[in-house]
Amino acid sequence: MKQTPFTLLENTPLTAEVHQLRLRGDCAAVTAPGQFVQVLVPGQFLRRPFSVCDRSGDTLTLCVRRVGRGTETLCSLPAGATLDLLTGLGNGFTLDHAGGAPLLIGGGSGVGALYGLCRALLAAGKSVTAALCFRSAEQIYYVNQLKALGAAVRVYTEDGGAGTRGRATDALALPHSSLYACGPVAMLAALDGLESGPAQLSLEARMGCGFGACMGCTIETAAGARRVCRDGPVFPGKAVVW
Amino acid sequence: MNTNVTLCGIPLDNPVIPASGTFGYGLEFAALYDINCLGSFACKGTTEAPRFGNPGPRIAESAAGMLNSVGLQNPGIDAVLAHELPALAKVFHKPILANVCGFSIDEYVRVAEKFDASPQVGWLEVNVSCPNVHGGGMGFGAAPESAAAVTAAVKRAVKKPVIVKLTPNVTDIAAIARACEDAGADGLSLINTLLAMRIDPAARRPVLANGTGGLSGPAVFPVALRMVWQVYEAVRIPIIGMGGVSCAADVIEMLLAGATAVGVGAANLRDPCAARDIVAALPETMARYGIETLSDIIGGAHHGERRHHRM
Repeated sequence: MKQTPFTLLENTPLTAEVHQLRLRGDCAAVTAPGQFVQVLVPGQFLRRPFSVCDRSGDTLTLCVRRVGRGTETLCSLPAGATLDLLTGLGNGFTLDHAGGAPLLIGGGSGVGALYGLCRALLAAGKSVTAALCFRSAEQIYYVNQLKALGAAVRVYTEDGGAGTRGRATDALALPHSSLYACGPVAMLAALDGLESGPAQLSLEARMGCGFGACMGCTIETAAGARRVCRDGPVFPGKAVVW
Repeated sequence: MNTNVTLCGIPLDNPVIPASGTFGYGLEFAALYDINCLGSFACKGTTEAPRFGNPGPRIAESAAGMLNSVGLQNPGIDAVLAHELPALAKVFHKPILANVCGFSIDEYVRVAEKFDASPQVGWLEVNVSCPNVHGGGMGFGAAPESAAAVTAAVKRAVKKPVIVKLTPNVTDIAAIARACEDAGADGLSLINTLLAMRIDPAARRPVLANGTGGLSGPAVFPVALRMVWQVYEAVRIPIIGMGGVSCAADVIEMLLAGATAVGVGAANLRDPCAARDIVAALPETMARYGIETLSDIIGGAHHGERRHHRM
């Protein structure tokens, strides 16, 4: 974990709700895809946790969905703004049990978090399929970005407005050697119930500190109480008691 | 420039003490900075058996503060003594405040006895003020009689100083403070969090799964300061003042109100280096207010008749 100032380079709307923020600063503590950062938002007391979508040199990419005052403020910050970040938080994904053809399933605001993982898996020579799941067509983002990396991208919408009509669980029908997923808890629980192969699930939670001190984000797992921030946010399949 | 204070007979390099529940057992912070710069710290509230705590969400934002409903999640006293304290011994070389919780007077006594035997423990901080559990915590601290009963039972069982941590969720905190003093308490900690809630207007239900939680952070600082002031005038035993402290000037205010030491709580969660930075800023802040010896200003804002306070 490292506490450092970052400069906002770009704040780009991807959809009506989701912004992509690119930040420059000391990224040395960011060591694995799927780790997260805690951002001190002007006017808010607690930091806000966001998965790192990608790290490239001294630049971090975050996807922020407007859900309340903190994220509203972040999405309206101009380029050049300085933000205080805690970086290098959480365990991140491991590529160890990916097999040759990993399937990445992203739901809603969890889609962005798969970008860096996708890049790492492709760099390791894997054949990656990314299933991006949204409620409707106007929420779709990151399709072209993931295609540009070289992943086979499939889009699912619940209302059938774009891509295949269906939900994240429908994507499990795609052939795969392993599963990586990030999205709402209900989506992860459904996937975990159906998937029997190697799986890694990235959870989201309301956090206090983000570094393991406050016990604010504890979940129940087969091995006992675990902190999403410190022991996760990535948990193996069949570990979480949903 | 002298920042030393004495808490229940034990010297501290400075009065800054991260508050229970915001500092774990110290290890997360020790990975970030040398926590030996602190006066001491109060460990996570510890019960006899391991506790999972309340369901999530346990955290909510509020103006200038936060709510929590963690519910005393902890690994239990035996695991703390077997794992947490030995790990802490490698990185922290000062006595800690062991925060003792229970759901019966017997449980408080058993946990306190085990902590009392640890050479790493300097003080027992008896938590009769957690607002997030049923049948324990605040249930004992809300009335003078039950607070006194826990205090007396723990005092009988241990050798180390007993500091009782009080809840602000009462009509007359001074009456409870006096009852604890009369029952043998060596010191008092105040305040624990203020019972509070938030509602999610979209979901039309409380944000916290527990419904209510405890409010902390800068929003509560003036309330905490007022209660430290009132308790200082009611008792002679030392007070650890806490509640929303987030800078060295807040520490000075707490001391002037009557605190001997000062807890730093929610600030640690927003900024993991907050307690270290407050310690570092003490000398320049003392200089700004013309303070040479920090312990000289304890209770210094009280004018008129002042009772003689013990250290």
